[in-house]
Amino acid sequence: MLSIKGLKVKLEDEDKQILKGVDLEIEAGKVHAIMGPNGSGKSTLSYVLSGKDGYEVTGGSATLEGVDLLDMEPEERAAAGLFLAFQYPVEIPGVGNMTFLRTAVNAQRKARGEEEMSAAEFLKVVRARAKELKIDAEMLKRPVNVGFSGGEKKRNEILQMAMLEPKMCILDETDSGLDVDAMKLVAEGVNALRTEGRGFLVITHYQRLLDHIKPDVVHIMADGRIIKTGGPELALEVENNGYADILAEVA
Amino acid sequence: MAEAALKQTPVAAMIATLDQPSGGWSDAARKDALARVQSMGLPQRRDEYWKYTRPDTLIQPEALPAALRVSDEVALFDHIDRLKIVFVDGVFDADASDDLTLEGINIERLADASADIHWARDLYGTLETRGQSPVARPLAALNTAFAPDGILIHVTAKVSKPVNFIYRRTSETADAMLHHCIKLEEGAELTLLENGPVAARFNGVLEVEVADNAAFHHVRAQGRDHEQRAATHIFTRLGTESTFKSFTLTANGVMTRNDCVIELTGDDANATVAGACVGDGSDFHHDDTVFVTHDAVNCESRQVFKKVLRNGATGVFQGKILVKAGAQKTDGYQISQSLLLDEDSQFLAKPELEIYADDVACSHGSTSGAIDEDALFYLRSRGVPHGAATDLLTLAFLAEAVTEVEDETLREEITGRLADWLERHAH
Repeated sequence: MLSIKGLKVKLEDEDKQILKGVDLEIEAGKVHAIMGPNGSGKSTLSYVLSGKDGYEVTGGSATLEGVDLLDMEPEERAAAGLFLAFQYPVEIPGVGNMTFLRTAVNAQRKARGEEEMSAAEFLKVVRARAKELKIDAEMLKRPVNVGFSGGEKKRNEILQMAMLEPKMCILDETDSGLDVDAMKLVAEGVNALRTEGRGFLVITHYQRLLDHIKPDVVHIMADGRIIKTGGPELALEVENNGYADILAEVA
Repeated sequence: MAEAALKQTPVAAMIATLDQPSGGWSDAARKDALARVQSMGLPQRRDEYWKYTRPDTLIQPEALPAALRVSDEVALFDHIDRLKIVFVDGVFDADASDDLTLEGINIERLADASADIHWARDLYGTLETRGQSPVARPLAALNTAFAPDGILIHVTAKVSKPVNFIYRRTSETADAMLHHCIKLEEGAELTLLENGPVAARFNGVLEVEVADNAAFHHVRAQGRDHEQRAATHIFTRLGTESTFKSFTLTANGVMTRNDCVIELTGDDANATVAGACVGDGSDFHHDDTVFVTHDAVNCESRQVFKKVLRNGATGVFQGKILVKAGAQKTDGYQISQSLLLDEDSQFLAKPELEIYADDVACSHGSTSGAIDEDALFYLRSRGVPHGAATDLLTLAFLAEAVTEVEDETLREEITGRLADWLERHAH
């Protein structure tokens, strides 16, 4: 589904190479996790895939179901089925959460040539999905992420994911800033969205999120490359021994 | 002769084009205003409060023509139950207006109100005169002296529906001057709506006396024709526990100067003046000049102004809070912000606080900046296209000012109008 080949990325304004040739294949229905120390390029990978400014692709490719992602505007990538759950969801004062969700859902539908969702239908679906994530009506009315706690922000990301029904979900450090209960709630939300047709890429520092969102494949990223790939046991190895052993082993 | 004409001052040249109405209860006020404007002279670039706004096109004897705009747009406030008072080219049109009788309210035309003893005698020009100090506002004095028409409203109770001044214009060149006076007696309440283009050039004065426990709400939309010029003035005085709330939407118009002078003279009074303005093009110039005087205890005042400027548009904000000695427990708030959508647009702000009491809370802030790139990316990453995302963030920016309109229906009308404007002026 998501196919990344030899992806090389540098900062646009600086002569600094961040990704030095990333290869990654994620099949539909699978959950892949990327772990790695700070500065290894994990978040950069998620930003480059979703189209954030400030990066320059110097080599390689990234496709979603065979469609070149890197050539598209961020909104086109979203309509093509890519979703990034932000590490730091952005606060947007003055834009109601509901308005935001409905605008996004209908913009994607329009871009795909589908019929827009009526207000009534949207309301019904959003209420049901919000309830599952323990998001109350008050939170839906408030401006996007403004005054939300860390947990509320992440739950709001998962709600967006549930409403937009993407093919490929990237979760960037979704566990950061969450206590255990909040993390469980978020993980349940994600697990509910695991289907045969949907791929996941979970980026995290720590193994504990992977206790709740069980990955099929675990990758270790360091210095802009994926240096080791294995099963869920690789995450446990990191938890027990840190990254030092793996880094030394590869070096 | 030619030499004499050359020596004529701008104020004399302007006065030479105007006829002073005479023979009514307002004679004394008009004579007084004429003397005042003659001694003040018209605004000049060197005047402190005209530093950022060129008065030239507002003070030249003849108005510059402004093309008439053809539009099939539904007029603002059209589906709101209200009492309509229509002006065509600055002249009251009785046929187009509703019957002026409504419970709790007495509406008269300035040009007709000739009775010898009249309630408006104490108001006409009075608040305007008070508003001339410490900052002179010569165009307002000119208006008091010469305004041929306007509406006088005496409110004695809570009025069941809003009064709507609707302006229409049929002439590309007409100058218009209107002077409205509104007096709210104790406990009375009125909502005044104003919309439509008045004239190629408009000089407006609105004097509002708000007695104890009375409430006045004002929502206006101005500047629909791109070449239109306007200098408007609101003068208000608030009694104990009274409320004054005024909101102005400005879209288009080439030169707009809105003065608002507020005096809080009764304890526990509450005044808000807010504005949302959207300007496109290097000939767009919009100036909000506000002067709030706290002269009583425990009053609250708010100034909330938001401007969206693009393609070289200019916005100006000059806002002052004066807290007099003894006006303790004053809560004064002032915010002026602009969203500059390109590097050619500019925002000039002069916030001022002058405080002579020692137990007050006053805050002010002024910012100008571009669209928040992080928010823009967030929206786009969810599938909202660049243009729509920019519009959404622009509306969100303006929302803080629009929120000051208390009535939800009116608020939605204003927001809808702003959204339409953004859509028409697509990126």
